[in-house]
Amino acid sequence: MAAVLTRDIVKRFGEINAVNGISLRVPDGEFMVLLGPSGCGKTTFLRIICGLEQQTSGDLLIGGNVVNDIPPRARGVAMMFQSYGLYPHYTVRNNIAFPLHTQRVPREEIQKKVEWASQLLGIGHLLDRRPRQLSGGERQRVALARALVREPTALLLDEPLSNLDAKLRSSARQEIKNFQQRVRLTTIYVTHDQVEAMGMGDRIAVIDHGRIRQVGTPTEIYEDPADLFVATFVGAPPMNIVTNGGGYLGFRPENFLPRDMIAEDAATEFSFRVDRSEYLGSERIVYGVMDGFDSKQPITAKLPPAHVAEGSIRPGEWHPFAVKNSALRHYDTNGNRSSHH
Amino acid sequence: MLRPFARSLRVAGFFLGVAFFVILAAFPFYWMVITAFKQNSDLYKVTNIPFWFNEPPTLEHVKYLFEETLFARWLLNSLVIGVCVTAITLITAIPAGYSLARMTSRKGEALGIMIFLTYLVPPTLLFLPLSRIIAELGLQNSMWSLVLVYPTFTIPFCSWLLMGFFKALPVEIEEAAIVDGCSLFGAFIKMAIPLSVPAILTVMIFTFTLTLQEFVYALTFISSSDQKPITLGVSTDLIRGDVFFWGEIMAGALIAAIPVAIAYNLFLDRFIAGITGGAVK
Amino acid sequence: MAVIAEPVVKPVPRFRFILDRREVLETILVAPAILYVLLLVGLPLLLAVYYSLSAYTIYNPTWKFVGLANFEQILQNPTFLDTLRNTFIFTFGSQLLGLVLGKFGAFLLLQPFPGRKIVRALIILPFAVPVALATIAWQWMFDSLYSVINWTMIAAGILTRDEAPNWLGNPYLAMLCIVIINAWRFFPFAIVIFLAGITAVPQDVIDAATVDGAGFWRRNYQIILPMILPIVAIGLIFGIVFTFTDLSIVFLLTMGGPGGATSVLGFAGFQTGIVSGDVAHGAAISLFMLPVLLVVVIFMLRFIRRREI
Repeated sequence: MAAVLTRDIVKRFGEINAVNGISLRVPDGEFMVLLGPSGCGKTTFLRIICGLEQQTSGDLLIGGNVVNDIPPRARGVAMMFQSYGLYPHYTVRNNIAFPLHTQRVPREEIQKKVEWASQLLGIGHLLDRRPRQLSGGERQRVALARALVREPTALLLDEPLSNLDAKLRSSARQEIKNFQQRVRLTTIYVTHDQVEAMGMGDRIAVIDHGRIRQVGTPTEIYEDPADLFVATFVGAPPMNIVTNGGGYLGFRPENFLPRDMIAEDAATEFSFRVDRSEYLGSERIVYGVMDGFDSKQPITAKLPPAHVAEGSIRPGEWHPFAVKNSALRHYDTNGNRSSHH
Repeated sequence: MLRPFARSLRVAGFFLGVAFFVILAAFPFYWMVITAFKQNSDLYKVTNIPFWFNEPPTLEHVKYLFEETLFARWLLNSLVIGVCVTAITLITAIPAGYSLARMTSRKGEALGIMIFLTYLVPPTLLFLPLSRIIAELGLQNSMWSLVLVYPTFTIPFCSWLLMGFFKALPVEIEEAAIVDGCSLFGAFIKMAIPLSVPAILTVMIFTFTLTLQEFVYALTFISSSDQKPITLGVSTDLIRGDVFFWGEIMAGALIAAIPVAIAYNLFLDRFIAGITGGAVK
Repeated sequence: MAVIAEPVVKPVPRFRFILDRREVLETILVAPAILYVLLLVGLPLLLAVYYSLSAYTIYNPTWKFVGLANFEQILQNPTFLDTLRNTFIFTFGSQLLGLVLGKFGAFLLLQPFPGRKIVRALIILPFAVPVALATIAWQWMFDSLYSVINWTMIAAGILTRDEAPNWLGNPYLAMLCIVIINAWRFFPFAIVIFLAGITAVPQDVIDAATVDGAGFWRRNYQIILPMILPIVAIGLIFGIVFTFTDLSIVFLLTMGGPGGATSVLGFAGFQTGIVSGDVAHGAAISLFMLPVLLVVVIFMLRFIRRREI
């Protein structure tokens, strides 16, 4: 059974379609990431699932029940907000207990569940503090405990790491992922950060302009993007796209290497003129143009740095480069993946 | 050589200016205090220097005020009026301010501005029709007419102030409560209200001082002495015919003015922020 | 490992969700305030307009429609024209004086000096105290016999006792008195408005102007003043509205006298409509405030709109 299922959800704000027909199936226990640029409709879609927004059309099923007209409080989902949305005037204990209070759970049971959730997240010693006395990491754990305590059908997270600095972000990411794997809670996680998406998601739904462009595991999304948007949105630097006859040809920078570095025979050769290169320690990014192929962006190649140190790649010169054929992706004129490859 | 001289001249000029403003603003109050505690024989002798006590100060005027006039009654009236008006204002303005703050689209802002503009409709334009309406309701000459009418200016102003405050409150907290099982109304009661206690306190004190300051409606609707609020009583009822009881009048004015002045001083900055509505951002 | 419970979605009757609809709840919450204001501000305003077009008096409460007859009669009355003139002199005289005092006061209070907080609190007193009580205090200071102002001037040798002015008995002096009292009442407000404006001017703008070679006066009048103009305009609007429609100062201090020299619109409306019971004419007199108020409202709305863009 799918924990969350949407059928053709549309949300219109005035003239604009913020969500433009999203159908998505999130099975029980899955960690689903909604990835897209800001303004793509992913947050609106999440708010529709929890009921803070009402869809213009389409069906939403949570735990097998149609909840289109059910208010948020009766949907049985939990949500964690960008800055956690802890209740500043309650203690940690009452913050965690709040979802149970609203459901009129008996007092002893509330106590038991709060104990259990705070144990699980290691915040037992913080129960009598107030949110403003907590560090960022502790706040996140309180928010998770509050989300967990009511045993929701699904946990929704709206860019929970975007307010943290880079250092804290990776440990917070770790913690959310560990937590999810431990309790196997169905999770829908919204982010614009592809590193978060790739690192955390069981599956990723890439969204743009209110539509899903591709749903798949991180490997599928990265290795085999369904269209040019996904190809260029995921990956840093993004996939190289060049016009090729009636369509487009795509290949990842790390697959674009000097001919002599590719052992396979089944490879396509290109003539590559290097304009500029950046040394990044673990790798070297080389920018340039390809003979006979047009591209909107400079073509990039990601090389092991040692290779360039030998002086074989010099700016301004043409070099024989190649991509092994299995790493080449073909797209038609509309930007969709062609069937033949 | 001239420099230190010019500088001290400038400093002297500066403090002279400050002194001018302090005297201009505060002298009438000093004058109230002096008059309120002077003996009549001291007060009404033109040859005495009027700025201080030529004879020992006295509590005679204050005593007279409480024993021989309706002063205590006026104080009580003002208190009752203030409490009732504050209650009515809070009950209507808190939900209104919240609703206006959370309304999506332009509708909320337009409605808010409209409500605020009614604060600018002056009593002198409304007192005639209102006096007829109050007569129809059988409230003429009763302080309850003021309880009915004062919210016409406190509600608009306080709704506007509270709207500004609720707008500054993060929506996330209410939304978290809604997802956690509250109704929209529950989120308003359990989250928005407890989190805006300071603003609500401000509005309470504010409403109270506004009712104490009002004069025009009280003058128009009330003529019986025992129904008057304190401002009206002190300024119109201590004058018998042509005889002014200056000692009593000033004592009464002082007692009524002190709490208002203190409250106002404390909340002035919020008041200014309210009426300028963040004109400078 | 936690076991995920059964979905908690229980069938709940639809009507229970009516308060979960944002528009419904918002309407319900804002309705009491709107209704109160509509019933006790909107309705009376319409009623005032109707009274002014009728022959309504408290002795003869008729709804008979007489068109603009009341307005014609009022305008033919020379006393009313004096009242109108007085209202403008009173309003603009006191606002101008208040603004000038406010500008200088703000300039002084902007500098840090020991005791500034206390000085500020003292200076705000005139605005904080109920206007009726302050007026009474001034009346005592303007007393024909015991005026402390006259006493001081006599003691300083400026006047003799025989030359001492009867402040409230002389038409020109009486007007001066009400202008002074109102300016006295509003200048603290002007100070606070100026201060709020000036402190909101970003310091880097002022620094930039200084670096660009702007002197003290240029900084003040070409940089700061234009930037604080919006906030000063709002303050001025409040001052004008509350002064133009004021009744209490004149009522307590001069009763419009001597000889109608200080009669203003609010006072005339009160005398005619309440004291004499001629509701129709009183309403018509009061309605002369409306054009001024409308101008102010339009200005405000335009101002607010411009700010949004």
